Amino acid sequence: MFIINCPYCGERDQSEFTAGGEAHIERPKQPTELSDDEWAEFLFMRKNIKGVQFERWNHAHGCRKWFNVVRDTTNDKIHAVYKMGEKPPID
Amino acid sequence: MPNYRVKKTDYVDQTNRISFKFDGKTYFGFKGDTLASALLSNGIHLVGRSFKYHRPRGIMTCGSEEPNAICQINPGTDLTEPNVRATEIELYEGLEASSQNCWPNVNFDIGGINNFISPFIPAGFYYKTFMWPKSFWKNIYEPLIRKSAGLGRSPSLPDPDLYDHKHIHCDVLVIGGGISGIIAAKIAAKSGSNTILIDDKNTLGGSTIFQNNENFKINDEISKDWLFKEIEELKKLKNLTIKTRTSVAAYHSYNYLLAKENLTDHLSKNNKTSNIRQRLWKIRSNKVIIASGAIERPLVFNNNDRPGIILASSVNKYLNFYGVICGENNFVFTNNDSAYETALSLFEKGIQIKIIDIRKKTNSKIVKRVEKLGIDIYWNSTVTNTFGYRKLNSIEIMNLSEDGSNVIGKKTKVKCDCLAVSGGWTPMVHMHTQSGGKLNFRESDQVFLPKELVFEHISVGSCNGDFELDDIIKNTNVKVKSLLNLKETEFEKTYVNCTKELDKRNIWLLPNKIALGKTKSFIDFQNDSTAKDIKLALREGFRSIEHVKRYTTTGMATDQGKLSNMHALGIIAETAGVKMGTLGTTTFRPPFTPLTFGAIVGRNVGQFFDITRRTSIHEWHIKNNAKFENVGQWKRPWYYPKENENMHQAVQRESKAARDSAGILDASTLGKIDIQGSDASEFLNRVYTNAWSKLAIGKCRYGLMLNEDGMVYDDGVTTRLGENHFLMTTTTGGAANVLSKLEDYLQTEWPELDVFLTSVTDQYSTASICGPNSKEILMKLFPSVNFNDDDFPHMSFKNSIINNINCRIMRISFTGELSYEINIEAKYGKSLWEKCIDAGKDFNITPYGTETMHLLRAEKGFIIVGQDTDGTMTPIDLQMDWIVSKKKYDFIGKRSLYRSDTIREDRKQLVGLLTEDPKEILEEGAQIVSDISKKPVEMLGHVTSSYFSPNLNKSIALAVVRNGKKMKGQKLIVPMENKNINVIVSDSIFLDKENKRLNA
Ligand SMILES: [Zn+2]
Repeated sequence: MFIINCPYCGERDQSEFTAGGEAHIERPKQPTELSDDEWAEFLFMRKNIKGVQFERWNHAHGCRKWFNVVRDTTNDKIHAVYKMGEKPPID
Repeated sequence: MPNYRVKKTDYVDQTNRISFKFDGKTYFGFKGDTLASALLSNGIHLVGRSFKYHRPRGIMTCGSEEPNAICQINPGTDLTEPNVRATEIELYEGLEASSQNCWPNVNFDIGGINNFISPFIPAGFYYKTFMWPKSFWKNIYEPLIRKSAGLGRSPSLPDPDLYDHKHIHCDVLVIGGGISGIIAAKIAAKSGSNTILIDDKNTLGGSTIFQNNENFKINDEISKDWLFKEIEELKKLKNLTIKTRTSVAAYHSYNYLLAKENLTDHLSKNNKTSNIRQRLWKIRSNKVIIASGAIERPLVFNNNDRPGIILASSVNKYLNFYGVICGENNFVFTNNDSAYETALSLFEKGIQIKIIDIRKKTNSKIVKRVEKLGIDIYWNSTVTNTFGYRKLNSIEIMNLSEDGSNVIGKKTKVKCDCLAVSGGWTPMVHMHTQSGGKLNFRESDQVFLPKELVFEHISVGSCNGDFELDDIIKNTNVKVKSLLNLKETEFEKTYVNCTKELDKRNIWLLPNKIALGKTKSFIDFQNDSTAKDIKLALREGFRSIEHVKRYTTTGMATDQGKLSNMHALGIIAETAGVKMGTLGTTTFRPPFTPLTFGAIVGRNVGQFFDITRRTSIHEWHIKNNAKFENVGQWKRPWYYPKENENMHQAVQRESKAARDSAGILDASTLGKIDIQGSDASEFLNRVYTNAWSKLAIGKCRYGLMLNEDGMVYDDGVTTRLGENHFLMTTTTGGAANVLSKLEDYLQTEWPELDVFLTSVTDQYSTASICGPNSKEILMKLFPSVNFNDDDFPHMSFKNSIINNINCRIMRISFTGELSYEINIEAKYGKSLWEKCIDAGKDFNITPYGTETMHLLRAEKGFIIVGQDTDGTMTPIDLQMDWIVSKKKYDFIGKRSLYRSDTIREDRKQLVGLLTEDPKEILEEGAQIVSDISKKPVEMLGHVTSSYFSPNLNKSIALAVVRNGKKMKGQKLIVPMENKNINVIVSDSIFLDKENKRLNA
């Protein structure tokens, strides 16, 4: 049970949030122009990194805002939190 | 009977006598005793039988690591409790307990025969033996194992006690109230930190609090006296909370911990003032100091499990804390200095004591003192065998060879009824590793120690590998200072004078003249696995500690291998010829000690298990005899039986009435999302498969929502209330998920859209009136509204007023009947409903529930998302091609509708099924096949919805069938347990394909 620093509300218990998988996977603007393989890449392929991972989280039982989190999946340490559309503060 | 209580101590009140029962017999102990110390004071050692061989077993420890003394509390009652450690339960007046791992009784045990056939019960015995024949499992093996394994009886009545959950936040949490925990807590609290100190015992002080020994002095005081004063001072500190009888069960990330506090388990019935039995603390602490101590290791030698063989530190505690001796002819058997304290304590009480030390010789201060007192020490020696069935009576001693790999010389057999064993110490690193911390291996005394830190916590004292008093105090002070960023504490100049260990020798498996296969050298006492089992597993090719552990069941019992893991690792390392540190250790998982289910669920039981949502019309449904169905968290009327009707009869009546005259349904639970903004119609275009831009104000449209993978996700009718204002309805169960999915797209993919979503499910109540007479009823309710078909056609909406309250009327239908839905602010829901019933009286308006609703919509072939679909159905599979816009450039899931997999023609598709015998009703979920002669029979699909239609007077069903679209008119078979049902594939719309009723 970790603590997440919602960029809109501040530090809250993990139980208020839901996870939304890997971040920075943009929905293709012109899906019809993609091959099956290219579409599958967007639809199914996720990195599932052991280590530092960029993820989407939603403050579901709070402000209901989506935002990004940089989390180490081996120890749940959160390195950064930033809003949707913002560049990751670290790489 | 001799009295084994030989000494007065500060912790047992010998003026307060307590009677208790064990195995049906009455005994006496004192206030302050545990069940274990009270039993020992009565000379009772034999308290159970071992798991596999049913060997007699005695109390072996004095704490949570106890593998043998596991009891049933209040045996023979409906509220009995199994698996309680005698070493942990405090004695109270009227306590009743029995040994549990034996049948028919502890002194005569049929399972003991396993002891003699034991050569045939090697590692993996259960895997190997009970494999074959398969048919033996149910009737022979399982009952046999269950009965003789005897892991206690469960209570048969619901738990009458209350359990609490409480959240608490603090600056510093200290786990463990031994000397290092006390120093840490004092420093933290005095530096201004809001501090909590937790200990699982009823008194603080750990093992130092009974260390009454000239060899251990702090500031020139005997360690025990010094610590006693520290504790008194500690209790006065303002920002410190001390929680005794509280054990930390789990340490999660971000310093989130669970601790169980026992409130009444130690009290007799009459003294239980609170009806809360246990409280689970949910602690969030900025910093955590782990001071959980260490557990003494046993030694592994032949027949090392007899009653009377006890950890040396426990023998010491039973004497100095409880005032009880465990035997009259005592031997200490050790590989280190710590057990010499036990020897000294016994000697000082004038009790016979000798020492067997596997080391060749050592000259530390405490050893010299022991020698000076004239206590015999057998150097470089080991115990090779023990004797005595119900209690140890003698032991056999031999010399060790130079390298310790063998025994030499002749055997000496001596009288001994208590063997105090010590194989060194294992730091309790459970909490550290649970938090995600890693471990280092220290070669010199072969211990795993806390390594790098993930969150702000430290380990201090013996759980950090400091075993000598001076190191403990010095290092605790240094580490706590650095954690709390302090310059100086009151412990800087604490002066410690103590004995220091000089020599070490460790042999994981002590040698014997007898072949290992013929010895019983136990490693895991609770699960009865021996050194031989470990070696066998290695011979059979197991290498990973995790595999060996599972194969031999070592460390898999309820004590989680607190005593056994290190020996198992040591023997594996030795046998495989690798360094122990490289093997790694097994994973320590929460809970540290077993938790009751009561503590886990707290107050969330019965009606509080989950939230219950009721519509504003709920009371009316109850009054009118509704049977309810759970739909998500909602209670929905299922059907309304009249007099002696069963469900089938009620549903037949309700659905007939709805089609013949009028029916009314509480549709308030449908999800409702208010959508506003200048891009609202564009938004709907993107989330639904059909087109929305041209929908006129005041019109309604059915929409199908897909996942990005092209599979049907939700459906419902959306109404255009204004230019930039829509009201979307969703399925009852899907409401919350649809809202969050739409929010996700709005916030992350299409932030440029000007759209706002608000859930209004709870704000509105909905009465849905259907049937040929529904229009008449609406006209009575709303005399000013023009219900003419041209003015108010199917799929349109009007605002109106009833008794000065605004409401919305939608002419939409889920039943295929002429139908209206009236939405009104939720607080007026019930009175609107009652007005509808009133207005419908002349038309026999009939309230109907979800079952009738399902039947009516099935007649019309309308799908229910989640019943007729399962996340693998595209709109094309549902034969709903008509709702997928060909013109729109994009919508959620569009691209997936022509992936190679989704365009396959032989996908499972939704069809209707008619039974050959119209009276035969199919079972939902039943398989569908075509050819039953060819084995294995090919499964084509399954029935998704099935009803007897009173309006069509025949059985109808919906099903998904592979290639079903092309099978219309074809015969298929639904095989059931006792018969095969012949069915014919039909259209999925059974009634009014032309929509005459809808538009009537
Ligand atoms: Zn927030």
